[in-house]
Amino acid sequence: MLKGRMIQGCRAIAEAVTLCRPVVISAYPITPQTLIVEELASMVAEGELKAEFINVEGEHSAASLVLGSSATGVRVFTATSSQGLLYMGEVVFNIAGMRLPVVMVNANRSVSAPLNIWNDQQDSMSMRDSGWLQLYAENNQEACDLIMQAYRIAEDHRVMLPVMVCVDGFVLPHAFEVVDLPSQKDADAFLPPYQPLYKLDPDNPYTMGAFAEPDKYMETRYMIERTMEASIPIIEEIASEFKRAFGRPSGGLFEKYRVDDASTMVVALGSMAGTIKDVVDELRNKGERVGVLRLITYRPFPKEALYEALKGAQNIVVMEKALSLGGSSPVATELRSVFHGRPASPRISGFVIGLGGRDVTVDDVKATIAKAQQQLTDMGFIGLRTDLELEGINA
Amino acid sequence: MPELVKERDKYADHLLCSGHTACPGCGQSLAARLVVRAAGRNVIIVNSTGCLEIFTSKYPESAWEVPWLHSLFQNTAAVASGVEAALSALGRLEKVRVIAQGGDGSTFDIGFGAISGMFERGHDILYVCYDNEAYMNTGIQRSGSTPTYARTTTSPPGKVSLGNLRPKKDLPQIAAAHGIPYVAVASVGYPMDLDRKVRKALSIRGPKYVQIHVPCPLGWGTDPSRTIDYARLAVNTGLYPLYEVEDGVTKALRIPRRAPVEEYLKGQVRFRHLFEGAGRKEEIAEIQKVADRNIERYGLIAE
Repeated sequence: MLKGRMIQGCRAIAEAVTLCRPVVISAYPITPQTLIVEELASMVAEGELKAEFINVEGEHSAASLVLGSSATGVRVFTATSSQGLLYMGEVVFNIAGMRLPVVMVNANRSVSAPLNIWNDQQDSMSMRDSGWLQLYAENNQEACDLIMQAYRIAEDHRVMLPVMVCVDGFVLPHAFEVVDLPSQKDADAFLPPYQPLYKLDPDNPYTMGAFAEPDKYMETRYMIERTMEASIPIIEEIASEFKRAFGRPSGGLFEKYRVDDASTMVVALGSMAGTIKDVVDELRNKGERVGVLRLITYRPFPKEALYEALKGAQNIVVMEKALSLGGSSPVATELRSVFHGRPASPRISGFVIGLGGRDVTVDDVKATIAKAQQQLTDMGFIGLRTDLELEGINA
Repeated sequence: MPELVKERDKYADHLLCSGHTACPGCGQSLAARLVVRAAGRNVIIVNSTGCLEIFTSKYPESAWEVPWLHSLFQNTAAVASGVEAALSALGRLEKVRVIAQGGDGSTFDIGFGAISGMFERGHDILYVCYDNEAYMNTGIQRSGSTPTYARTTTSPPGKVSLGNLRPKKDLPQIAAAHGIPYVAVASVGYPMDLDRKVRKALSIRGPKYVQIHVPCPLGWGTDPSRTIDYARLAVNTGLYPLYEVEDGVTKALRIPRRAPVEEYLKGQVRFRHLFEGAGRKEEIAEIQKVADRNIERYGLIAE
């Protein structure tokens, strides 16, 4: 029997946010994130959440507003998707550069054109170089757990960087699942009030957002990079603490599923890992040595831990709902660089799947694994229609 | 607070310290010093990207003795909204004022949407626009505030053009149309009036807009020693009417001595092409009409 309540993802996420006691929330509608801020709005209206809830005139301002509040020393929250994330992209980089511990949920959605409101992860992947930590949830329970951990990580004085919690649009926020949320008392014990290092205060005036000439700028980037590296053990430490506090494993760098003696490892992010795990169960029952590594922490990219976890495999099959047009798929590319020049050199194939909300089926996953076991693939496309007269598709 | 600090605060000229890197004769630096002096120490300033930001905040130096934040070019009003929301949640809004400030580029053009949002949501913020009528920090490009026939690097006069062909956007009236409690137009040429308007704005709760005309010797091609003269001429020609809109009621500052627009235009390199050769009498007359309309509209001359 599962512990918890049957609850819609958006409501669960909003309740998890409420348990974190954000002081300022900015909101702007964009599908499929909207349900989350709608739930928060109703909680504020019902007096269940005491926060400044501000409807802004666009995502650029949604991110800017929480930037200002965070700089004033309070805990903040906002959420977005897709075009909204791209529109606030300039501010996304700025928040990281200013070392503000903003936490944002991105309900992953494809990017336009053509307009498509359904799920893939191209939006958040486009922000991978921004200086935000990125955590990807598989289900609503994990989404809620990651939100609580995200504040701990972001506000840790050894980190002081923003965290984006990525949840697959529609698949998570719109779905009803059993979710176990802690009491406010237990949540408070895990997540104490935010203690800013610096803030805007007339009693102790700071100049924030100064400009840096060529003799200073590069060091600011270097420091963020070093902090990203240093945050890897902190993410693990906070996940362990979470497990101690709430009794379930959640968060951390990645989840390993049936990896013992696996010669083929499937690497994926987010909700499609559920389908992949089912396929792996089936293949294991047939005696195939297949396992799954579900990446939770994509930024920072946990290079050493990934090497250790995957070095025993002969085949690595990376399945991604994102791609770099004209390049390769992002996680496959980065994994290849992890193994470059090291003793272990597995075959790493990359596959793009499920863009724009296309279903990721059991058959797709099986076909992907089979293809990768036959030959090295740089960037294969899975699940393309074969009934369309498109260049190369039927070749 | 120590006695010495209290004594210094009586004058408060140091809240924007000397030693910054503004150009000689910069109208904006003087106006900004007057604004923060009027505001006093209990203020948080959010500043757009632009000259004022650049010449006061080169790391590791800062000319600001008050808490000051710069984020980006177009999001100042939204960042200030966040500062205000946080202060409100912390119960500190009674004591601490919030000022958002930027140039005409960030105010009239790229940041306008965020400003409109800030007005509409009713945040308790004073937005100050330092209007020098072009993008000066990037090297004198045309903005929505650039007056008709002014030369900028992106609106150059040439064989088939006389410079900027569009009229200046009327931002104070657009601000007033939001129904905010206080809108004022001021000039660095009239510092007492400017000081009064900033103090008044800060005494009113809710969103306020104060637009200050600040000559830019570099961008206008004027002598740095004549910044105040040109600021006053802009007012006294009627081209830059100084008025307030308080709860919908408009009051204007009367012109002490009416000057023809030629007097204002002719010494400025940005209008020099109107005086070359036979001169552009028709265009100058057109600019005179703008001044005359302002004089009539705002009752700038005593009957």
